[in-house]
Formats: sequence, structure tokens, C-alpha cells
Amino acid sequence: MKTLAELKELRDKVQREMKKRDQGTRAEIIVGMGTCGIAAGAREILKSVLAEVEKRELDVRITQTGCIGMCEKEPLIDVKLPGKERVTYGNLTTADIPKIISEHVVNGNVVTDLVIAKH
Amino acid sequence: MRELSLHIIDIIENSRRAGANLIKLVINEKPVSDNLLTIEISDNGKGISAEKLAQITDPFVTSRTTREVGLGLALFKSAAESCAGKLIIKSTPGEGTDVEANFQYDHLDRAPLGDITTTISNFIAASGDKVDLIYQHYYENNSFDFDTRKIKQELDDLSIQNRQVTVWLREYIQENLAKIRGGEAF
Repeated sequence: MKTLAELKELRDKVQREMKKRDQGTRAEIIVGMGTCGIAAGAREILKSVLAEVEKRELDVRITQTGCIGMCEKEPLIDVKLPGKERVTYGNLTTADIPKIISEHVVNGNVVTDLVIAKH
Repeated sequence: MRELSLHIIDIIENSRRAGANLIKLVINEKPVSDNLLTIEISDNGKGISAEKLAQITDPFVTSRTTREVGLGLALFKSAAESCAGKLIIKSTPGEGTDVEANFQYDHLDRAPLGDITTTISNFIAASGDKVDLIYQHYYENNSFDFDTRKIKQELDDLSIQNRQVTVWLREYIQENLAKIRGGEAF
């Protein structure tokens, strides 16, 4: 059984491994979490994003946003690499997430066939 | 929505977007003693005016400029009412909002509670730095008390959104829910 006391050990372990990083230099992934997104499966999308980031040990900032008015294209996520334009991917399934993370977040190549907008 | 926990994400998101920095979720399962399931979400967000409150569960009154008013509450209300339950919303502008839904536990149309572990851990992973969450889950006489403020005390200056913390929290919540529900997770 896990106890809160273990968190101190985890904290020390993570802090030893972690280099202090500047927020502005991290990639950001934003998951649409409006009613439309949730109904379309956004929770499983966010879960996949978190699992993939953990698996690859990436330093990524993950946030959520509300309805952005593209309900018919939910579930959707935005990927923003430092200094690059924000790319919106839509009509996603959890199977698309490893591809987006490996190709875009890790290697910097936009997954063109899943893109629905660029800002 | 196929699971009640998806409604919970939706209502918690309303709270977050209403500027709340503290949200409390209480789930009370009384399958045997009262045949009742209650879900209550309260926040310290900006609140809703009495005028808006009167219309808030009407999906057709919704407008795109009032983002905190939408389909979400209408869907939650309909879920409760189709299970011999009801939805009660109270709010004080400037103080916060309280949403409570109750359901006949064994009603045929009641959706399962669903993956509450992912619901909670996802929210913390994406918003935990800015918003604190109190989560209390009762199952008959057992209870699980969770509070991100206590977690943050242990973590000191390490972010609660750190990915390794997320993994730990998932397991912690899952274990505790399984324990209070008699060894059965969701």
C-alpha cells in the first residue's frame, strides 16, 4: 500500500535526476477538454499522452483547454514546440498519440495527415 | 456520456474555467444501505448569478459567449433525472458554485461511475499546479480522503504535474479506491 511518506523519497529521487529547466524551452501539449472533447474521448487521449510522455521520459508541459469551437473535429490536441507555430491535430484516436509524440514532439516533424489547423 | 466520471471531468472543467483554485469532489456510494449514489462538486470560482442559474441546465439558452454555461450541466441533469435522481445547483457570485447530483444506485439506466482514477490523475497532471483538488470517496462505511494540498507539502518545490508524480498518484488513488470498495477497482 502506498503512503504519502513515500512522496518525499520520490521527490528526492526526481530532483536528483532533474535539471532545472526553463519553462519557455519545453514543448507543450494542450488537450481539448470541453463537453464536446470529453464526449468524443478526450480523457483517453490525455491518458495516452501522459503514458507516452512517461514511457519516453520526456520533459513536456501538458495542459488542458475548453471548447475551441471545432467540436466536430474532437478529440483534438495542440502541439507547441518552443519557437515553432502551434499545430492542432483533430479527429484523433489513442492510436495516433504515439505517432504524434515520436514524430512531432521528439523529432520535430509535423504529422501532416492529422493536422487540422496551424496558428 | 458513457460514464458518470466523464460528467465529473466536465463539471470540474467548468470550475477550473470559472477561475477556481480549490475544487472539492465528494462521491458517496451507498449501494446497500440507501441504494443511493451522490456526486457533489463545489468550487471557489466566480459563481453564477441567480438569473443565469435559473436557465443554466437549459441547453437551448446557452450562448457561445458565456463559456461556463453549456451542454455539460444539461447532460448531467438528464443523467440524474433518468435514474430517479436530481441535480441541484447552488451558487453565490464571487464565492463559488456547488453542483450535486444523486442517482438511484441500482437503477437500470444509471451509467457506471467509470474510470475515476484516470479522471482525477489526468486533471492533476494537466492543472494541478494551479488548482487544488480535494477528493473524498465514500463506499458504505469506508472512505478515502485525498487532498492535493497535502501532496504538495510532501513534494515541497517539485511540481505535482511532474510525470513521475503523476504515475505515483495514479497508483495511489487506484489502490485506495480498490481498498474502500472491497478489493474491487473500477
